[in-house]
Amino acid sequence: MHDLAAPTLDTEPAGAERGQGRLVLRRFLRHRLAVASLVVFVLVVLFAFAGPLLWKWDHLLHREIPSLAPPGAEHPFGTTRAGNDVLAQVMRGTQQSLKVALTVAVLATGIGSVWGAVAGFYRGWIDTVMMRIVDVVFVIPFLAVAASLSGAVRGGVTWFHIAVILGLVGWMGTARVVRAMVLSVREQEFIEAARAVGASDLRIIFRHLVPNTTGVIIVAATLEIATAILAEAGLSFVGLGIQPPDTSLGLLISSATSAAFTRPWLFYFPGVFIILICLTVNFIGDGLRDALDPRQTMVRR
Amino acid sequence: MYAYVARRLLLAIPILITASMLAFTLVDLSGDPIADLILRLQQSTADGSVPQATIDAERERLYLDRSMPERYWLWLTGIGGNGDIGLLQGEWGPSVRAENHDIGGEIGSRFLVTFRLVLIAVFMAIGLAIVTGVISAVRQYRKTDYVLTFVGFLALAMPTFWLAALIKETGIWVNKRVGSTLFYTIGATSPDTRDLSFAENAGDVAGHLILPTLALMLTGYAAASRYQRSAMLDVLNSDYIRLARAKGLRNGVVMRRHALRTALIPIATFAPLAIAGAFSGVVIVEFIFNWRGLGTYLLESIVNNDSYAVMGWLVLAGTLVVCANLVADLLYAALDPRIRYA
Repeated sequence: MHDLAAPTLDTEPAGAERGQGRLVLRRFLRHRLAVASLVVFVLVVLFAFAGPLLWKWDHLLHREIPSLAPPGAEHPFGTTRAGNDVLAQVMRGTQQSLKVALTVAVLATGIGSVWGAVAGFYRGWIDTVMMRIVDVVFVIPFLAVAASLSGAVRGGVTWFHIAVILGLVGWMGTARVVRAMVLSVREQEFIEAARAVGASDLRIIFRHLVPNTTGVIIVAATLEIATAILAEAGLSFVGLGIQPPDTSLGLLISSATSAAFTRPWLFYFPGVFIILICLTVNFIGDGLRDALDPRQTMVRR
Repeated sequence: MYAYVARRLLLAIPILITASMLAFTLVDLSGDPIADLILRLQQSTADGSVPQATIDAERERLYLDRSMPERYWLWLTGIGGNGDIGLLQGEWGPSVRAENHDIGGEIGSRFLVTFRLVLIAVFMAIGLAIVTGVISAVRQYRKTDYVLTFVGFLALAMPTFWLAALIKETGIWVNKRVGSTLFYTIGATSPDTRDLSFAENAGDVAGHLILPTLALMLTGYAAASRYQRSAMLDVLNSDYIRLARAKGLRNGVVMRRHALRTALIPIATFAPLAIAGAFSGVVIVEFIFNWRGLGTYLLESIVNNDSYAVMGWLVLAGTLVVCANLVADLLYAALDPRIRYA
């Protein structure tokens, strides 16, 4: 397992930034489960975004499609009672779920890390006020609020609404983690050194603090993706998420719950895709956490 | 210790009030409660017109004629209302559903049904997580560990509603196969329980609990098992365990008396938070098993745009989160002698 070439990377001071990136990449590639997950995840993304362009059916109703055909050559994932191609529906559903999840991850990690970084950097009353706000938002069960808000845009709710709502209510965890990280990093000597040579606050935050918290932020973002996929699916499942004729994985499952034994293809394919996305994202997050952890070295001491 | 509890509770008050303000604003943004009512009235009359007086009366009954801040003040204190509003006076506010719909009574009666399910599911999930987490840690990087870790990750990746629906359908399938109702799949109790004795009643409740508990366990188990594994690993790699082994203690004694006792502290403090967390999972589980619990009440209230009912639910859930956090911290102090609150 252990690459003999690794120590040379560790002892190479020149080109530190590139070296660091390559080191992380090497560590990640050693994590076989994470690499396999990344491959599967990329395949799922391709399936969701390139699939609909290549496949002959779309997710909508078509009169030519036979009702309730089990999986076969013509319809690999079978068809619904009304006459949809389930493969096309799952592609579309996965696409919508991924779009929601990625938007939520960007929004929530963006807000959360800036919030946490500012609070941790300035400390004092700014920190107190900002973290009290986090406490307050934490107290409100965010899925209930999301459900209530998306109920408001009834009829007109799209994947984007869902994504924004989930993003706006789900950033507090990241804020706490990033703040804790910033609090410990800002006490270190290189920050003091930067201050001594007269670097501005903004420069210190963006040039020194943020890069040093990237690991935590990236891991938080991957977790956010998995949470968002499950949250969106749950909302759509109870009818407060994405609305027909559009579709999402949660919506597909919700219209197929009673079919688990009689027409399993309607129930299992969307479910398997949710599990696949969450599973791979979690494993990738795990691999990244190990790869970005500076305490882990490739050399056995 | 008492001073600490008192301080924490006092600190919780402003947090809860601000949170309720925020929630009230969000719920208020989420639509006009009487829009549906007007629509229904329009459909019931022949020419589709609704007398303005009816609408105005309804707006007044729901205090919608007042401004939002004023309504929040009313909702919280009830000062200036008609005696049917004001949380601090124990009144949860009028419902848009019907004049005699008692939000407080409804929440009160449903709370026990839901809490029973949540409590049993979380404790069973944590019990199972302790067993698998400890086994996983003791057998680290062996086959057992890999299998259990994978199961944990799978549980983390599985949507509650998918598993719940699968469990329900499996129950129905078994019932059909056996030809009798082996598993109850609908409701928290049988529809008519008046003629049952106490023991029969308890059996009926327990029977209805089995499948939903199984479904709800998933949420708690996934996180708890990973947590327990890392806690046990931390302990097993610590110096005092090495010392215990060096003294020549038998493995069983080291594990039970030294390692396990310490490794259980983190999970004990995790339990209250898991209970609070399970309240969002329970919404889905109740929806699938057709329970008349708090979860389905929230969904019905959202669909009906019953803002005071949604607010009541949110306040209850928020209070639970605050209490759960406090209990978790107190448990931590009670179990870990290194931690003292002054």
